[in-house]
Amino acid sequence: MPQPLPPLEQHPFLRGLSPEQLSAIACKVREQSFPAGALLLREGDPADTLYLVRSGKVVLEQNVPGRGPTLLETLKAGDILGLSWLFPPFRWHLDARAVESVDTFALDASCMRGPSPEHPVLEPALAMRLLRQLYDRLERVRLQRLDVYKAGA
Amino acid sequence: MSLDVPHVPGVAGPLTPEPLRVRSLRRETADTWTVSLDVSSRPGGFPFQPGQFNMLYVFGVGEVAISISGDPSRPAELIHTVRAVGATTRALCRVGRGGMLGVRGPYGRPWPLEEARGQDVVVVAGGLGLAPLRSVILHLLRHREKYGQVLLLVGARTPEDLPFRRDLERWQADSRLRVLVTVDKASPGWKEHVGVVPALLRDVAVDPARTVALMCGPEVMMRFTVRELERLGVPDARIHLSLERNMKCAVAFCGHCQLVPYFLCKDGPVFSYDRLRSFISLREV
Ligand SMILES: Cc1cc2nc3c(=O)[nH]c(=O)nc-3n(C[C@H](O)[C@H](O)[C@H](O)COP(=O)(O)OP(=O)(O)OC[C@H]3O[C@@H](n4cnc5c(N)ncnc54)[C@H](O)[C@@H]3O)c2cc1C
Ligand code: FES
Repeated sequence: MPQPLPPLEQHPFLRGLSPEQLSAIACKVREQSFPAGALLLREGDPADTLYLVRSGKVVLEQNVPGRGPTLLETLKAGDILGLSWLFPPFRWHLDARAVESVDTFALDASCMRGPSPEHPVLEPALAMRLLRQLYDRLERVRLQRLDVYKAGA
Repeated sequence: MSLDVPHVPGVAGPLTPEPLRVRSLRRETADTWTVSLDVSSRPGGFPFQPGQFNMLYVFGVGEVAISISGDPSRPAELIHTVRAVGATTRALCRVGRGGMLGVRGPYGRPWPLEEARGQDVVVVAGGLGLAPLRSVILHLLRHREKYGQVLLLVGARTPEDLPFRRDLERWQADSRLRVLVTVDKASPGWKEHVGVVPALLRDVAVDPARTVALMCGPEVMMRFTVRELERLGVPDARIHLSLERNMKCAVAFCGHCQLVPYFLCKDGPVFSYDRLRSFISLREV
């Protein structure tokens, strides 16, 4: 028997939000699963979803002309996937592929983009969570860019 | 346990290399070889403690510090793993089977494996930093009941740059260890993690009250990993790092390896982070 998946509010990205904040951020949410090998995001496609990864493993890929795809980062249960819906032109900048079958909550970006007059704390609460994710990713990318293992580096 | 080996230089005396014959050479990666030296002429073989290093002399070329990557409980086998980065290490990797190397050692302070008894051990290795930690893993496996959870986190630039792949495969299949491997960059087909080593710490349950962390790898990688361990609440005094500096004498004489108050050859190469904290971010002078 597969384990029942934890509810939306248990996902680390949303944990701690009030029920009102939660229903505003996730006003349109669906459960979405992908088999191993499937593309979750395709570079250039419209970006309108924030995926909360519940289980499985996703890898971000960058297609380098002449060299083919390069794997950049692995995301797993508890991670979020997809930030390009935040700013115009709202198109994915990378591919994301399921390394093994993946379960997600797919949150519609339309709930999160605009200001929410009914919930004045919503924007800062969400913004801080996103900022934290971006900051952590920036740190990781910096370290990766340093190419610290290269001989003679 | 093998930890009661006295910390004394080898029989050849502190500065005289002892000639030893290369028994075998095995390629680990494009630029890295594991070299086994014949110590059958030595009574008792070549005892060492995990984390110690030898000075290896390529006759007529030069001498370099290289960690002992073998099994501390098998002193009859003296094993080093060397990456060819410059004149001496390149020459070292070219000394074929049957060729001679000069060896003096073992030197340096080992990993605090006594202190880690009864604790969970998190081993973090970046690139060839796995060499001095391989002896730790072999030791932990041999004395498995004396330790709590054992976690090995390994990072490399690409899958092809991972040293000790056969060991890693074996350890990944061993239920007594949890092994996570990550690379900075990979091509499709790589099924393990992609990303930096500290990120692996997000995937494991670490009890900061009973964790001892041992790490070796590029210094920047270690600084990032320390930050992540601190975030998890592991005290600085239980985070241990092995550092590399240019070494010449290896007996605290020449000053080449000095890091502010410490001589790395004698006071290190293994230090707890509380001793290093204020020096490790200093640019080398
Ligand atoms: C305690 C200790 C343990 C060590 N253990 C090992 C070991 O187990 N295996 C091993 O291969 N090396 C190990 N080293 C590093 C090794 O001593 C150096 O790589 C070696 O001294 C380089 O000498 P060389 O004459 O070949 O290169 P050099 O001519 O001195 O250097 C050539 C180029 O390589 C760069 N370089 C030097 N060392 C490194 C390095 N470690 N990584 C990346 N680039 C480097 C230099 O900056 C330079 O650009 C250890 C060092 C210390 C201090
Ligand atoms: S190498 Fe000479 S003092 Fe350390």
